Amino acid sequence: MISVSSLTKVYGQTLAISKVSFEVPAGQIVGFLGPNGAGKSTTLRILTCYIPPTSGTASIAGHDIFHESEQVRQKLGYLPENCPLYPEMKVEEYLDFRGQLRLMDRPTRRRRIDYVVERCWLSSVRRRTISHLSKGFRQRVGLADALLHNPPVLILDEPTVGLDPAQIRETRKLIRELGGQHTIILSTHILPEVEAVCDRAIVIAGGRIVAQGTPDELRASRRMTARVLVECRAPARELESVLARVSGVKEVEILNNGEPSGSYATAALRAKDGYDVREEVARTIIQKGWPLREIRLEHATLEEFFVEVTANQAMAQAEGGVQ
Amino acid sequence: MTRAAVIARRELGSYFYSPIAYVAMTLFLIATGLAFGRDFRPGQVVAMRSLLEWMVFFMVGIIPILTMGLLAQEWSSGTIETLMTAPVGETEVVLGKFLGSLGFFLVLLCPTVLYAALMAIYSTPGFDFGPVVCGYLGMVLVGALFIAIGLFCSSLTRLQMVAAVVAASVLTLITVVPWVVTQRATLSPFWRGFMDQLVFRRYADFSKGMLDTGHVVFFLAMTGVFLFLTVKVLESRRWR
Repeated sequence: MISVSSLTKVYGQTLAISKVSFEVPAGQIVGFLGPNGAGKSTTLRILTCYIPPTSGTASIAGHDIFHESEQVRQKLGYLPENCPLYPEMKVEEYLDFRGQLRLMDRPTRRRRIDYVVERCWLSSVRRRTISHLSKGFRQRVGLADALLHNPPVLILDEPTVGLDPAQIRETRKLIRELGGQHTIILSTHILPEVEAVCDRAIVIAGGRIVAQGTPDELRASRRMTARVLVECRAPARELESVLARVSGVKEVEILNNGEPSGSYATAALRAKDGYDVREEVARTIIQKGWPLREIRLEHATLEEFFVEVTANQAMAQAEGGVQ
Repeated sequence: MTRAAVIARRELGSYFYSPIAYVAMTLFLIATGLAFGRDFRPGQVVAMRSLLEWMVFFMVGIIPILTMGLLAQEWSSGTIETLMTAPVGETEVVLGKFLGSLGFFLVLLCPTVLYAALMAIYSTPGFDFGPVVCGYLGMVLVGALFIAIGLFCSSLTRLQMVAAVVAASVLTLITVVPWVVTQRATLSPFWRGFMDQLVFRRYADFSKGMLDTGHVVFFLAMTGVFLFLTVKVLESRRWR
C-alpha cells in the first residue's frame, strides 16, 4: 500500500533523512519510532506530498508522490504534528469546509460528517467553536478530518501528544479499531504506544532506519533474551558460582551482592536459547537451604532496545561527523 | 476552481469572526465619514471626487490589516500543512484567499455608497452618477491590487505584524509618497512621468469620471503579477 524507496531530504546543509526505505502492506498499522528530531515528521511530510524529497521515490496506493501528487492526496488522510485547525470555526463547519475542499457533494458530506463525529466521540462538541475545545477534543477533530473522506491510508504524526492518559487510551483504541480498514502510519517517540497499537515498528534515528519489525522481532534481533531474576539470602559469590552450574544457564550477573551479609542478594540469569531454567534454579537454591524470596522471568522491554539503537546511532554520528 | 471558491467563502466568513477586521472596518468608516463631513456642506461642489481620493489613502492603512493574516497565520499555526495536503493546488489557495479578502473589501465599501445617496438626495442641481460609478470601479481595481500586494507580503512571513508593516510601507511608497512629492516639488519631466505611472495619479482619472482602459489594464496586470508571485512563494517550500 505504501512503498518508500531510498528517500533522502537535505535542508540546506543538514541531512534530515537519508535513504529511508520501507514497505507497508494494506491494513497494517506501522509505528514510526524515533527520538525527537530523528526525521519522523520530515518523512511523513514527504509521504503526504507537503514537501518533495531531495532524492528517492515513494508511492501510496500505487500513485507516485511526486508525479501524481493530487491522486495521492485524495487517497490519504493526514493529521499533522500539533494538529493545526482554524480556531474561529465550529467543529461541524470545519469538517464541512474540509469536505467541500475534497469536492464531496452535500449528502455525502452530511453522511460522512455524522459518521466521523460519532466515530471520534465529537457529538457533544459538534456545534462548539474549535478555539473553546480542549487539546483532546482538537486532536479528535483533526482525526475526524483525516477520516472524513474515508481514505485507504492514514498518516498520523504524533497523534497522542498532549493528551491525558484517559484520552491517550481512547485514541489508541480508536486507531487500533481503524487498522484493517485503513493502512496506518503513526509516528511517536513513546515506546509503549508502539507495543500497544502497532503491528510493526520502524525505528528511525539520525535520519536513518536503524531497525524494523514486529515488537517481538525487534526484541529478538538484539539478543535481548529474557532474563530470570533471582532474589535470595545467600553469599553473593557462592550464589553466582552455584547458579552458573545449573544446566541451561549461560551467564550470571550479580545485581545486588547482599551486603551487609545476611541481607538478600539479587542475581540476573540469561538462559541458553530454548531453556526455561526457573524450576532447576529453584530446586538448586532450596537444596542449598537459602531462603528464596523471588524468581521472576523478566521480558526485555522495547525501551532498552530503543535506547540502545538510538544511542549507537548518536555515537556513530558524533564519531563520523555525519550531519 | 470550485476549491478556490470554497477557500474564498471560508476566508470571507472568518473575517466576520475576527475582531481585527471589525476594527479595520470601523476605522475606515470613521475616516471616510470625516472626509465626507468636510465636503458635504452648503456651497461645496456636488462631487464625490475628493472623498473617493481620500478613500484610496485610507485603504493604504486598512488593507494591510485585512491581508496580514491571510497566509502568515497559515504558516504560523501550521494549518498550511492541512490545507496543502488536501488535494488543492497553490493557485487555488492563492486565488481563494484573494477573492475572500476582496469580498470583505466590497462589504467594507458598501456603507460608503450611502454618502453618494445623501449627495444625490440633498444636492441641487442634480447629482452626476457617472464619475461616482467610475470612481467606485477604480476603487475596486485599486483594492484588488492592494490586496494582492498585502497577500504577497503575508506569504513571506509567519508574523502577521511584519506582513502588515511591510505591506503598508509598500503601499505608502507607491501611493502616498508620489502624491506628496508631486504636490510639493517641481520635478523633471522624467520623474513627473514616473510618478504618473504609480497608483494615485492613475486613480485620480477614475475619480474624475475618466475610464481609461490603460489604467484598467495596469491595475489588473499588477494584481496578476503579485498573485503570481504569491503562488511562487507558496511553491517555494518545494525547492527549499
